[in-house]
Amino acid sequence: MPLIKDSQIVEDVWTSLDDGAPLAPGVWPIVSLERWQAERETLMEAGVPIGLRLRSDQSPRAIAEELEHFGVIALAFPKFTDGRPYSSARLLRERYGFTGELRAVGHVLRDQALFLLRCGFDAFEVAPDTSPDAWRAALAKIKVRYQSAADHRSTAGRLSRKAVRPAQARTPALSLEPEPCAASWAY
Amino acid sequence: MYRYDEFDHTFVEERVAQFREQVARRLSGELTEDEFKPLRLMNGLYLQLHAYMLRVAVPYGTLSSQQMRKLAHIARRYDKGYGHFTTRQNIQFNWPKLEEAADILAELAEVEMHAIQTSGNCIRNVTADHFAGAAADEIEDPRVTAEVIRQWSSLHPEFSFLPRKFKVAVTGASNDRAAIKVHDIGLQMVRDARGRAGFKVIVGGGLGRTPLIGETIREFLPKRYLLSYLEAILRVYNELGRRDNIYKARIKILVKEIGAKAFAEMVEKEWQFLKDWDVDLPDEEFARIQAYFAPPPFDDLPAVTASFEAQRFENRDFARWVRNNVDAHKAPGYAIVTVSLKPEGGVPGDATAAQMEAVADLAARYSFDEIRVSHEQNLVLAHVRQADLYAVWQGLIAAELASANAGLISDIISCPGLDYCNLATARSIPVAQRISRRFADIERQHDIGGLKLKISGCINACGHHHVGHIGILGVDKKGQEFYQITLGGNADENAVLGRIVGPAFSYDTVVDAVETIVDTYLGQRRNGEAFNQTLARVGFDPFKEKLYAPH
Repeated sequence: MPLIKDSQIVEDVWTSLDDGAPLAPGVWPIVSLERWQAERETLMEAGVPIGLRLRSDQSPRAIAEELEHFGVIALAFPKFTDGRPYSSARLLRERYGFTGELRAVGHVLRDQALFLLRCGFDAFEVAPDTSPDAWRAALAKIKVRYQSAADHRSTAGRLSRKAVRPAQARTPALSLEPEPCAASWAY
Repeated sequence: MYRYDEFDHTFVEERVAQFREQVARRLSGELTEDEFKPLRLMNGLYLQLHAYMLRVAVPYGTLSSQQMRKLAHIARRYDKGYGHFTTRQNIQFNWPKLEEAADILAELAEVEMHAIQTSGNCIRNVTADHFAGAAADEIEDPRVTAEVIRQWSSLHPEFSFLPRKFKVAVTGASNDRAAIKVHDIGLQMVRDARGRAGFKVIVGGGLGRTPLIGETIREFLPKRYLLSYLEAILRVYNELGRRDNIYKARIKILVKEIGAKAFAEMVEKEWQFLKDWDVDLPDEEFARIQAYFAPPPFDDLPAVTASFEAQRFENRDFARWVRNNVDAHKAPGYAIVTVSLKPEGGVPGDATAAQMEAVADLAARYSFDEIRVSHEQNLVLAHVRQADLYAVWQGLIAAELASANAGLISDIISCPGLDYCNLATARSIPVAQRISRRFADIERQHDIGGLKLKISGCINACGHHHVGHIGILGVDKKGQEFYQITLGGNADENAVLGRIVGPAFSYDTVVDAVETIVDTYLGQRRNGEAFNQTLARVGFDPFKEKLYAPH
């Protein structure tokens, strides 16, 4: 599947591994929560960065204390109408301070792009025929934001008229400078 | 009323352009119907039995005359010359073409309207007391709160793909005219011991196939925490609401399964993280929105208007209309007018383009340019001088809108039913029409007194039959329409679900059954009791005996 970051197709340095598939030297695996929990020690000793894959019915609350081990967390959309990964993404970014890559996988359409980005996703596995131009265009379609979210664009939107600054961050990893948002995963 | 600024204008214009492109992708085949469906639904476009249906949002039921005229124009230009006002204070057009849907949205954007989130599994148009700003029993105008929620929920990135649709209703008064206990979230403005305004928060109400009365999860929420608290409720629901079964996906099922107390604890826990984050509106922004809902410049008038009293005395028909369709206003010398959309034999909630324009003209001239849509499918002119009531009545007569039946048995709430809806299992409109013809005698209706009759054409209960004093549910039995009758329901602050009286009636006999129920009530009534009071006193047996006695 093509991977989009910053509205461009980029090379995927990660490999999604099925639970039975062996680790290989030099391969950066993305593993399921079950495999992480079963093979935690082995994975940590493999000497490569580790990625985690969560189904939409698996809450990140379960691994909130372990985020330092993951370079990427892939949140799966079994259908694009399953909205749970949006909450998962905001929890990971805003509450638990996850600063690695947050990747949307599964049924990912460009019509979700803005919602995804605003909830803190910064990488998107899309259908093979998705053009990065169309993706970029979809992001540009709606510039107005009525509410704050993980992108903290409240400062650029409705609230900016009053020059309101968001409350102080609870997690040092997130910068809440009004604009541009300086966190590494923001666009 | 609220006016768009540049920010809001940009938003709806961007949204129209986005939808125009999505329609083009659908028409070209790039999007499958399955992929297009959630997108069109987010813009209020349904595919019904015979055609597309466009549901236009009327936020908290408030319209300007200009907006009403635009709706009339759309009815003429893109539809068959009429529109249907719904129980969610919206308007539906039943015959738009897919190719023209974006054009309609562009026309709506011109008058600061849209169809965003009138459908789909998202936070729907927020409803409010249709007497807002005019009722004497009000703590604060609930539309301020509703507008704040409308803005916050517009394309909310986290809550646009909820397990199921999500409806919020707000009342600023202790008398609940917004049916807040049968909504996913009901907010009632209350004051705490120190006199500060806030909300009582009710969750998990709803009708449909599992009707439930909402549970209070917080007695007092300070106003400034409105959005963070809502965000906490929505997050708990988004994460834990069921997605495996569409019929068990509403928040009411979650609240019922884990219990209101446990649900409240989860919300409180989540809220502790959110309450001082950056979700809540700063006071200045709240004040900016509030300013739009400042009371209109009422004149200093005496409480009693002599000319009005004389007109009432002289004209019996006028007096009757006033008695039923006019309510007390908080400002001396003013009154609230309910414009009935329930003429004898008519389709409840329907209005022609000409009628919409007539109401727009009357509002412009006599009611500070403002119109309300009520969840009971009527229109309201909220701020009419008593001295102008006679002229308003004359104008309504000319537009065939002067039925003096607000709150009476022929003021029926009805869903569109099998005449339009692809979910319906039975017709509801023709049943409503036949009942209103049977009780056409207005003297008789007045004698019966206040009685809420509500009809749904299927178990989804869009006609709110569970909370009608008399509720009628159309069902299909082996290809034949049957009608189940419930008695004793109520949608106000003492909300309660009606109970089924007995076996269902056929299409041909259901109107007779209603008449039998009414006659039984009149026979049993003591000292001007309301229907539900008599029912509570005598029980179901007298009704059953009359309805099911062998002939």
